[in-house]
Amino acid sequence: MNEDPLTGRPLLVMSGIVKAFPGVRALDGVDLEVTAGEVHCLLGQNGAGKSTLIKVLSGAHQPDDGEVRLDGETVRLANPTAAMRQGIATIYQELDLVDGLTVADNIFLGHEHATYGFSRRSEMNRAARELLGRLGHPEISPTVEVGRLPAARKQVVSMARALSHEARLIVMDEPSAALAHDEVDNLFRIIRELASAGVGVIYISHRLAEIREIGDRVTVLKDGRTVAVGLPAKDTPTAKIVSLMTGRTVEYVFPDRPEARADRPEVLRVEGLTLPGAFEDVSFSVRAGEIVGLAGLVGSGRSEILETIYGARKPSTGRVLLDGRPVRPGSTSAAVRRGMGLAPEERKSQALLLNDSVAGNISLAGMSRYASFGWMDRSRELAEAQEQVKALDIRPPDPRRPVKTLSGGNQQKAVLARWLVNGRKLLLLDEPTRGVDVGARVELYAVIRRLADEGIAVLLVSSEVPEVLGLADRVLVVREGHLIHEAPAPELDESDVLHMIMEGSPR
Amino acid sequence: MTSPASKTEDSPSAPGSAATKRRESLPVFARVRDARHLGLLLALALLVLIGLVTKPENFATSSNLVGILALAATIGVITVGMTFVITGGGIDLSVGASMALASVWATTLDTQALGPVAMVACAILVGAGVGFVNGALISYGRIVPFIATLAMLVAARGLAQRMSDRKTQLIRPENNEIEALSTTRVLGLPLVVFIFAAVAVVGWLLLNRTTFGRRTFAVGGNPEAARLAGIDVRRHTLLLYTLSGVCCGIAAIIIMARTTTGSSTHGDLYELDAIAAVIIGGTLLTGGRGTLFGSILGVLIFTVITNLFILNGLETSDQLIAKGVIIVIAVLLQRRNLESST
Repeated sequence: MNEDPLTGRPLLVMSGIVKAFPGVRALDGVDLEVTAGEVHCLLGQNGAGKSTLIKVLSGAHQPDDGEVRLDGETVRLANPTAAMRQGIATIYQELDLVDGLTVADNIFLGHEHATYGFSRRSEMNRAARELLGRLGHPEISPTVEVGRLPAARKQVVSMARALSHEARLIVMDEPSAALAHDEVDNLFRIIRELASAGVGVIYISHRLAEIREIGDRVTVLKDGRTVAVGLPAKDTPTAKIVSLMTGRTVEYVFPDRPEARADRPEVLRVEGLTLPGAFEDVSFSVRAGEIVGLAGLVGSGRSEILETIYGARKPSTGRVLLDGRPVRPGSTSAAVRRGMGLAPEERKSQALLLNDSVAGNISLAGMSRYASFGWMDRSRELAEAQEQVKALDIRPPDPRRPVKTLSGGNQQKAVLARWLVNGRKLLLLDEPTRGVDVGARVELYAVIRRLADEGIAVLLVSSEVPEVLGLADRVLVVREGHLIHEAPAPELDESDVLHMIMEGSPR
Repeated sequence: MTSPASKTEDSPSAPGSAATKRRESLPVFARVRDARHLGLLLALALLVLIGLVTKPENFATSSNLVGILALAATIGVITVGMTFVITGGGIDLSVGASMALASVWATTLDTQALGPVAMVACAILVGAGVGFVNGALISYGRIVPFIATLAMLVAARGLAQRMSDRKTQLIRPENNEIEALSTTRVLGLPLVVFIFAAVAVVGWLLLNRTTFGRRTFAVGGNPEAARLAGIDVRRHTLLLYTLSGVCCGIAAIIIMARTTTGSSTHGDLYELDAIAAVIIGGTLLTGGRGTLFGSILGVLIFTVITNLFILNGLETSDQLIAKGVIIVIAVLLQRRNLESST
């Protein structure tokens, strides 16, 4: 902040960074330049490659190609420790602190002040107090357990930890996501102080207002490439930023939409649903054969809405009606009995039995269909799984394969098949194409539309605005726990929706 | 409807790898053919061979072999219940203590006055009750299984001591039908061995052929996925511990038959033997993968080792060392197995 960031000496130069994962090129030639004393903002839609880039910078991923230079020297960041030694500190969205240790222990974790293994506590406490003082939080005691601190203070501890490494470059991944308003002000004050002390800061956020307030320059990523380097953060028009973020090179092929039909019966009705801390007074409905999309940022409450409808969370007020009759709140078994199915956000941790076969995963929710007095008819189970494998074109087409050997797209099809074997009325899909490559996405879109055509009501959540707009019939925009807009998908365009979910209003 | 792009290959699992992966174990449909059972069978065969070589005149006698099976019956029945609990993602440390409590309760003067059928029913009910309390504390009270069943271990043993006044309770002659379970032989084998076999077979069927078993794998392998698939995870957990308790009750009947007593000292440290047998059998301690056949082999291996040490007049302390070594080797081998299958 004290020197002109556009002419200051470059602290970090990343050029031509490439990182490929099976089936997807997460980074495809990214350039980034950060000067000392600058707050550099990184923008991009979900899947643009921001988190992969940070992981390369923090030593968690090794790039396949490209060069990283720090203060003019080429460096190899072989692991997180190497990155830390180079003075690069990363503060993740999910704080990596040990709750059971004290503040001072956390700050110096891994580089304790010690003599022959005995830690010099008073010295560490003094040093911690000094660091916390520098961050404007002398009231945090170095001897208190971190688990007892609220989120905002934990973040201060994380920052003190970064400072204790004498970081030259601090990377912050959505640091404001967990903070209340006045806490964000304090965060910004700290960031400004760090910058004026000559530290380079990489700041990632979806909130444009924050970027305008704290940022010096902006780099925009899209589909794993840098599309704009070093735009002035204060006065680049929002329209330009949004168009940089959206102008896709990868075009998805979405299935055709049938005519909207108002005479279809209403399947799901949500009335005044509230889950404190997540969303408030949410009401909408979904008709048979209709795909309704919920668009919103991570943390806007969209996944929680889905999980509450499904009974995985219990609302404080409001109700969920299926076919006009209320569903018992807070019980997934009741939801399944009434004809709902959920494909959750985290496929591996929330949906799949990774030790089991494709058939075992498909039959999980409808086992009693194959059972008489608890006894399983396994040949029928296998035959029906085989039918689904064929219908959804799951490859390889063998239901006895262990599910963990399938690709992400095929695993997701197996999760869908789980619900299709026992005739659902309502499917709730949370990020159905996450981690799925482009070809398989198109297939999934076709499958989802076909299900809707068969009369199933579909409620879809996706971070990717084009996906919601392309696949859904009707779109609900969620921001900070409120439904702020509702419109038929063809009447919306991507920039409008991005504007709404980031700034709260259309252009 | 379908777009041209739907013909593109979904690359990561291209057909090329299909042939090489085909040999892999197929968890649901082919558990028994798993290679690790072969390893256990070989280990058991090796132990038998050692027995034949070191004590040719004693080991292969029918009385010794029957003795091994009768000895295996008590811990074996408990191990069946333990396999369910561990496959379902839990652990039950209270099995030895609940068996002791069931044996004491079933042999009090009051119970004995009601006759042998009532004694059998009492043992099973007490076991089921203990298991039910464990399950309720764990699933509805949200206490971690290790703590809840540790507390039960201590409390049930204490209750058994209080009920029996720390005395060994003899089964009275008019109830000698209980003892008959151990002395009556069919096809040369005592009835308790048939009880063990029946529990093992029913357990195997329950685990591998019913929705209950399938849910056990699901709840242990990924409780969140099971819950989101509409399975009542808490109710299922409650049932798993109750099942383990019922097995303890049956084990109590077997030990009453073999010793003609009920005692608060019965089943001391049985929890460790049962857990060890389950682990060397190939059930994953973290849940989601379990094999009843393996557990039974684990029990037999341990019992044969005990028998070999006794026949050869070796120290029991050496026997404990041997068991410890076997557990470590088995787990190391299993990990290699697991890694090669992923």
